[in-house]
Amino acid sequence: MSGDLVFYGFALLTVLSGFFVVASRNVVHAAFSLLFTLFGVAGLYAQLGADFLAVTQTVVYIGGILVLVVFAVMMTRIPRSDAPRRGLDRAVPAAILALLSFALIYMVIVGARWPERATGAPEATVAEIGTGLMTRFVFPFEYASLVLLAAMVGAAILIRERAPQEDDGGDDGDATEVQP
Amino acid sequence: MQVMTDLFARIFGDGLSPVGLLVAGGLTMALIMALVMASCAIVFTWAERKVAGFIQSRYGPMRVGRWHGVLQPVADMVKILGKEDIVPRDADKPLFLLAPFVIFIGSLMAWAAIPFAPGFIAADLDLGLFYIFAVSSAATIGILMAGWASNNKWSLYGAARGAAQAVSYEIPLALACIPVVMITGSLNMNDIVVAQQGGIWRWHFLHDPFLFVAFLLYFVASIAEVNRGPFDLPETESELVAGYHTEYTGMRFAFFFLAEYANLFLVSCVATAVFLGGWQPLFGPVFLPGLVFVIKAVLLVLLQMWLRWTLPRLRVDQLMHVCWKVMVPLALVCVLGAGIWMLATGQAG
Repeated sequence: MSGDLVFYGFALLTVLSGFFVVASRNVVHAAFSLLFTLFGVAGLYAQLGADFLAVTQTVVYIGGILVLVVFAVMMTRIPRSDAPRRGLDRAVPAAILALLSFALIYMVIVGARWPERATGAPEATVAEIGTGLMTRFVFPFEYASLVLLAAMVGAAILIRERAPQEDDGGDDGDATEVQP
Repeated sequence: MQVMTDLFARIFGDGLSPVGLLVAGGLTMALIMALVMASCAIVFTWAERKVAGFIQSRYGPMRVGRWHGVLQPVADMVKILGKEDIVPRDADKPLFLLAPFVIFIGSLMAWAAIPFAPGFIAADLDLGLFYIFAVSSAATIGILMAGWASNNKWSLYGAARGAAQAVSYEIPLALACIPVVMITGSLNMNDIVVAQQGGIWRWHFLHDPFLFVAFLLYFVASIAEVNRGPFDLPETESELVAGYHTEYTGMRFAFFFLAEYANLFLVSCVATAVFLGGWQPLFGPVFLPGLVFVIKAVLLVLLQMWLRWTLPRLRVDQLMHVCWKVMVPLALVCVLGAGIWMLATGQAG
């Protein structure tokens, strides 16, 4: 019973702030309300006994990706929030896409065979996940690392292209210049 | 939290359902942690001014409360409560009002997993250490929120620096703790402290040379993580007025202040639990565990204050250089070295 209450609390938080992310006309507000959406999802994971997933969700999405999103939104030109609303020319395709993705997710949820297990206090999951990552899923794990490494190298190259000219003309000399 | 639910169970007998016990215990623990945070702010503002005074050959506060100005923080608190709550005209009002609470809650949540004494821990999580790093990273969002909503270029600069710094220094901070997790085989804060039983030679920072380096790395990264000198670039009063909380007044400013000093104590508490044996005394049997824990953490806080008032501030490029080119590689070497040490001394399972 109290579990239900916690579930509905987190679900309401997730859905409401998720709605605000989409509906807000101020893009910075939308980015910041993602904080509550992501936090709500982490709460749902925790409530389902997936503690590792919940904490990872917080670290990766709130501590990392959300900070990046907010930075990106703040650094770009922000559209005026009082600009006139666009017509329905984009709303219709968006609605169709949303319905299609909902149908897809619904089909997956209904079609999946959910393994059942006895309810009770959830056990620790870290050790199991760690063992899994190092044995059965070691290759997928390494592939994911490779993808991230490639993305990082790519980002570094993108920044690097302009760097040499800036270095020549820059007056941000080393600390060695200021010797007493 | 077990302590509290047991206590309530004893007081109310069967009058409270298990859920009621859980809620009551949780709320009490949250209240205690909020009080711990508040007392951090009160004690450390006074201590900081005395330490600064001592280092700069002056007295610091001397008048309020007769003995060395001990009641100065109380006077400051009354003053701050009486200040007008100003929201700048062009501020982004909802975010401006929300930001102090996001920062405060991010800090308060982290306190849940600090083991002050055997059994005295708000939430004895299996993932304790990981959880602390996770929720304290949420405070970064609060910093960005405050800087953005103030609609002031200095605030925004401060926020951007603060966020970049927090995101960068999180990495050596967490990496430095990994060797300890490898040795204990657990992320549970209680287990980590219990593993250091048996005097100072069993404490993790003296476990092997790599762990000693890891402890130093953690300590330096933790100073940067709480944005204090010599890493106080987000607040640099000479360039940015006061950084991301420039526009805040009264109670809202107090929340930033509270969170800053609470975070200072928090990182010291984590260092105490992970590297310095937690509540375990220097030698002999466990004795007044809570007091031992707090003394160790306060000594670390005083060390941080000493460094703040002694060292000059870094430049932004030096800050990033130190993190990414010195501390992260060193931390990785520590992880590898600790692993090899464990294999060589036959501690690896």
